[in-house]
Amino acid sequence: MQEFYFTGCMEIKELLGQKAEDEQRLMELIEEVPSDSIYCHMHSYFLRHPYIAGVYPNDFATWVVVQVRDRVLGEKLAEVSPYGDKGIEDVRIRLIEIIDDHLSQIKVVPGVVHGQPFYFMQSKIIQVQTGVKAGSLSEFCNALRDIDTSAVYNHVFEARIRDRKGRSDFSIWLEEVLGKKDLADKIESIDSYMYSLEGLRAKLLDLCEKEL
Amino acid sequence: MKTEITIDSYRDIAPKGTIDLIYNLVNRLKGRSLLHVNSTKLGGGVAEMLLRLVPLFNNLGIQTRWEIIQGTPLFYQTTKSFHNALQGQPQIITDEMFNEYKKVNQKNARNISFDSDVAIIHDPQPAAFIYKKPKKAKWLWRCHIDVSRPNRKVWNFLREYVARYDGAIFSLPSFAQKLAIPQFLVYPSIDPLSDKNKELPRAQINSVLDKYAIPRDKPIILQVSRFDRFKDPLGVIKAYELVKKHNECCLVLAGGGATDDPEGLQVLNEVKEAAGNDKDIFVLDLPPDANLEINAFQRAATIILQKSVKEGFGLTVAEGMWKGKPVIGGAVGGINVQIVYGRTGYTVNSIEGCAYRIRYLLNNPLALNELGENAKEYIRRNFLITRHLCDYLALMIKMLNI
Repeated sequence: MQEFYFTGCMEIKELLGQKAEDEQRLMELIEEVPSDSIYCHMHSYFLRHPYIAGVYPNDFATWVVVQVRDRVLGEKLAEVSPYGDKGIEDVRIRLIEIIDDHLSQIKVVPGVVHGQPFYFMQSKIIQVQTGVKAGSLSEFCNALRDIDTSAVYNHVFEARIRDRKGRSDFSIWLEEVLGKKDLADKIESIDSYMYSLEGLRAKLLDLCEKEL
Repeated sequence: MKTEITIDSYRDIAPKGTIDLIYNLVNRLKGRSLLHVNSTKLGGGVAEMLLRLVPLFNNLGIQTRWEIIQGTPLFYQTTKSFHNALQGQPQIITDEMFNEYKKVNQKNARNISFDSDVAIIHDPQPAAFIYKKPKKAKWLWRCHIDVSRPNRKVWNFLREYVARYDGAIFSLPSFAQKLAIPQFLVYPSIDPLSDKNKELPRAQINSVLDKYAIPRDKPIILQVSRFDRFKDPLGVIKAYELVKKHNECCLVLAGGGATDDPEGLQVLNEVKEAAGNDKDIFVLDLPPDANLEINAFQRAATIILQKSVKEGFGLTVAEGMWKGKPVIGGAVGGINVQIVYGRTGYTVNSIEGCAYRIRYLLNNPLALNELGENAKEYIRRNFLITRHLCDYLALMIKMLNI
């Protein structure tokens, strides 16, 4: 039987030297920056907040609400799905559409007065073998309980988006190797965007343990 | 006898899985070596951090050396002026000083072996060593200060060196400069096993409070920081006075820097004057090595403040949060990345905002406890030395492309 090998990851954050102090500039830079930067600000938030979910689940929405204090745009940006049909470029287009539409309805471009600018970054992910493996559902649960949360990120977010698998590695293995299609479907239906990594680990464990 | 601290000493403190992740990162770096260079082995945050990190790298099997640049009085005067100028203060720097900087770097470079796979050169003092970089080595310039609005003359001089590195590392995005080389973000960290952060028995905490005659029967509001205007100790007293109209509490302002800094002494005197005869305000000018006392104050505190109006990274925030206390901090510098608003504490923009949040937490013990617990977990996962080590290991892997 093919075993599941848990792989953790490390994020290296690279500064792009670009910053936005108002929503117009934010939109222009979203249009220009590499897709790794859009990915970083839409996803790797989870790696930085593995335990506590922040105000909103992506950096753009959080900045607009906390620093610019524009709740209207913040709410709209928070609702953007990080999984575009055609990958991260879809997400970029959606973000631009929302900001453009918002700016077309107001006369003054909101910007930071007392807050901090938005600094664009991009992230490089280094995958790290953990040496932990599972050959059964019970071993899978035991491993998942103690593994570094970066492995949860790697097998859920990285697998779906950067590796373009469209599904989490967990679901693929559970269905294809253990034949647990129902469990795999339940895992796929989790709205992982709404959890911290610890919260997601707990949810995954809850679903898997019910199957034991 | 002190037991040696190894990476396994952190196994029960770091988030689960982290230590194994570190071992696996190290496996990819087998046989590789690292060199750190800075300007002092004693005093200051950089030396404090290297004192902890270098033995851990060696303990993990990555051969790591730590070299120091030795200067002349004129060199130190020059680099002190560089330090101030790079942070935007007007300074007069003569050609003689620029020449001394180059001369000291060249002289030191003759006596240091640069035979190492990766070198991390800290701050401006040894930056000119870059001309000695071996062809195959990867060198990173680690900048611990805010160079976002530097004195142009000094930055242009320094940029000649920095631009030759393979990358630069900054502590905050806002500290960085426009450079053609890759710029990485690595936050500083605290060591949970140091005297300032290790667990303390209740009896020891009580004895420190008794030593300074701080009452144990009322909530303690604490700010630990140098007596410096940027830390706004007078604003803290005003916030306390607003709180005191409604809630019983005492205020402890614990800091240092007044003995060797004339401005610090002036601020200390102003703080004492503002405190007046209030028996519930304790202004403590502590020696630089009062780490256990600071630890005890933080553990005894109900709420910790860092009401800075200008700040670098402000690791005292992480230290306070690590003690499971909610921190109310000024919305400046690195405080913004340490405090998640409403989840681990509050960032505030005014004296009134600070007072309001103190009152809110004093009257809502459930919220106070929840924020404190979240704060500790947030630091565990983001600002401990184990995360710092992971960042450096990952950067080594990236730079060496292995």
